[in-house]
Amino acid sequence: MKAFSNLLSDLILTSSRNRKLSLLEQYFSSTPDPDRGYALAALTGSLNFKNIKASFFKNLIKEKQDEHLFDLSYDYVGDLAETISLLWDQEKSGNMPRLSSLFENLKKAKTDELNNYIINILNISTADQRWAFIKLFTGGLRIGVSSRLVKQALANYGNVDLDEIEKIWHGLHFPYINLFSWLENKGSKPKISIYDIFHPMMLAHPVVMEKDLAVANPKDFVAEYKWDGIRVQIVSHSEGCRLYSRTGDEVSKSFPEIIKTIQGDFVLDGELLAGINNDPKTFNDLQQRLNKKAPSEKFIKKNPCFIKIYDVLFFNGDDLRDKTLLERKKVLNSYFSTNRSPMFLSETIDFKDWRFLDKIRDISNKQIHEGVMIKSVSSPYIAGRPRGKWFKWKRNPKNVDAIIMYAQRGHGKRSSFYSDYTFGVFNKEKELVPIGKAYSGFTDEELNRLDKFVRTKTINRFGPVREVEKTLVVEIAFDEMSLSNRHKSGIALRFPRFKRIRWDKPTNEVETLEQIRKSFLD
Amino acid sequence: MISIDNKLYIRDIDTYIDPFFPVERAIITHGHADHAKAGHKHVLCTPETSEIMKIRYGENCARSFQTIKYGHSVKIGRISVTLYPAAHILGSAQVLLETPKHRIVITGDYKTILDRHLDPFEVVPCDLLITEATFGLPIFKFNEPEMEIERLLDNISKHRENTFLIGAYSLGKAQRIIWLLREAGFSDDIFVHGSMDKLCDFYQSKGIRLGTLRKATLDNKKDFKGKIIVAPPSALKDRWSRRFENITRCYASGWMQVKQRAKQSQIEIPLVISDHSDWNELTNTIKQTGAQKVWITHGREDALKYWCEKNGVQAEPLSLQHRDEANEL
Ligand SMILES: [Zn+2]
Ligand SMILES: [Zn+2]
Repeated sequence: MKAFSNLLSDLILTSSRNRKLSLLEQYFSSTPDPDRGYALAALTGSLNFKNIKASFFKNLIKEKQDEHLFDLSYDYVGDLAETISLLWDQEKSGNMPRLSSLFENLKKAKTDELNNYIINILNISTADQRWAFIKLFTGGLRIGVSSRLVKQALANYGNVDLDEIEKIWHGLHFPYINLFSWLENKGSKPKISIYDIFHPMMLAHPVVMEKDLAVANPKDFVAEYKWDGIRVQIVSHSEGCRLYSRTGDEVSKSFPEIIKTIQGDFVLDGELLAGINNDPKTFNDLQQRLNKKAPSEKFIKKNPCFIKIYDVLFFNGDDLRDKTLLERKKVLNSYFSTNRSPMFLSETIDFKDWRFLDKIRDISNKQIHEGVMIKSVSSPYIAGRPRGKWFKWKRNPKNVDAIIMYAQRGHGKRSSFYSDYTFGVFNKEKELVPIGKAYSGFTDEELNRLDKFVRTKTINRFGPVREVEKTLVVEIAFDEMSLSNRHKSGIALRFPRFKRIRWDKPTNEVETLEQIRKSFLD
Repeated sequence: MISIDNKLYIRDIDTYIDPFFPVERAIITHGHADHAKAGHKHVLCTPETSEIMKIRYGENCARSFQTIKYGHSVKIGRISVTLYPAAHILGSAQVLLETPKHRIVITGDYKTILDRHLDPFEVVPCDLLITEATFGLPIFKFNEPEMEIERLLDNISKHRENTFLIGAYSLGKAQRIIWLLREAGFSDDIFVHGSMDKLCDFYQSKGIRLGTLRKATLDNKKDFKGKIIVAPPSALKDRWSRRFENITRCYASGWMQVKQRAKQSQIEIPLVISDHSDWNELTNTIKQTGAQKVWITHGREDALKYWCEKNGVQAEPLSLQHRDEANEL
């Protein structure tokens, strides 16, 4: 546990990617099995452990520390694990258990033992160790290290390609003994059946017009609609069929009618949509289905789904991922020459130049497309987000000016800053009504200034929420505006984020609710 | 009774303590810019503080200086003024205002833990204690600075390819860090930012050994691998620091106790070393002075006020502006 808490403390304060990688490598090389396997699982979010609730730790500290002083401290620090770790005193010395025994002991502990076991750990640990311990067992490390970075460190450590690790990742078993033994040249590469696992998906970069497309030749690309459903992977063979979400979670149980119908020997990539006969409905319709984990037959009949297929990874046992997109499309075309309902081939858009596509992206059906996808015809299927291969070109965002009304602390590295903002505009009655919340789009420097604004202009506090003077105008970018009866304003914004902070703009120049409804909803 | 108002003005003797605008008479607790301003007519302070003010603001920064050593008193009207060590920086003092029936102590910035390069803090019993509360939250509990220095040296020995840039206030903190490094046996040359070499010379002239210091200028660029550069915190972010390659940013401050703050400031090695009191030092001092009344000049007042009241001591925040130093990175 000591080594792991040092690792976490170092990682959270390291911004350079290379230094993070070398910290991880060092840890993997100096930590024995199975502890490093536990750490690997924790860092990649694959640890199977029933988390301890944050409120459990909160109650422990409130027995030791005055409640009001705790609240003031928490308000200042922002992060619960850190607040508790700093408020708790190291009461005695003792040997911190190794990471693996810590987990196993906690797993084994009966409810009445758990309390004392945890108190003892908190008592013998340093502030850094307490912090790591609480973070680890309340779930969600949030230390600015992605799974992909951890896998890259493994690849560096074993001197293998990251792609090799990605390809077997989902078939590996905790605590990764055979993985480390392969990386250290002591054992052979773990063997994994392609049908047992989820294969990490290939993802697209957003288009930045000038940079990405200006130099690219339209002939080298195919375009498709960017469907507004959920991305799924279909893994099918003689024994049956499974569906995975983009993050590798199996979602088969929610779509029994689909996995029952699909037959064949392949791994396909597509978009799951609500609707029937290749006629998609909106994302809201799909949401109905997603909310039901085990839908009844009647419910399924009322809310049918289908899949638009745009890629193939394996076909009849052949790994096609190293083939070009053009070659993979050929395989799909021939497979889909007969009806494969509920799977349909996602159609490509004919286009000669980018300007044409630019138009399509804005006029295409707003309810079911988010824009267009552009894919290099020569691209192999590479897990992750490789550069220069696939692009998503979303509809142009829209902007409104609005006034900051409330602020709340963020999470993770932003937890000591007011970084979640509720903003609003005036309605007919000259009353300021909230129209949305935004957490992003500002620079660290702007955040510092916003944070100062909140701290000095607070007029009211409601728990963690601060109401501020209604003086600051921000320009908000968003993807879509829709009607909503859940909000007092009657509208809802999709994916709102800061575009600019208008420090000097007077609030009376902000357009009213009526005006913005007119310009975006008609 | 001595009457003092919430701007630390003592009407009886027409004197301010640490005023941030030019006045007729001022008592200055220490040389930091948020306490010592140029332009007063008569200044009363320790000899070291007067020297520091002259180094920073010029010989004529006040019309006249009257200096008294720690433990010595002067009588102004019916009030006797005594200065006691505050162990914050060289020359820093607590101010005792005293009549036969009434004692007021203004701590200025202070810490109570032993810091061997400064005179040790003295508890001065009083009726009214006017204290700072920069780190007035129970999360602030500072370890021994030696442990922090050890961690830094350990890191340097493991990463000789990096250059270690330490942010530390030009006055006080910078010299303390260098002194601590020397005490820990670090004998290599240390490079300092141009804004602090005069103050380092001043410390050396007072017998505080800082070893060989060199200016961190570009001509020395080749030499910076595995070296320590000490610079004011603001220099960590500005263009000045970009001239060095492979920098590891360190920052010596009590604020570094909070990881999220360190991360937000892009500090890779936080050194939790403070020249202010932590929570326990603040609350213990209040107890030990026996004060029945506490005024809190600046800092995290809410928590300390709450603690005082819970412990039967009347407390009032003054929220002096311009005094919340340090959290600027
Ligand atoms: Zn000071
Ligand atoms: Zn100060």
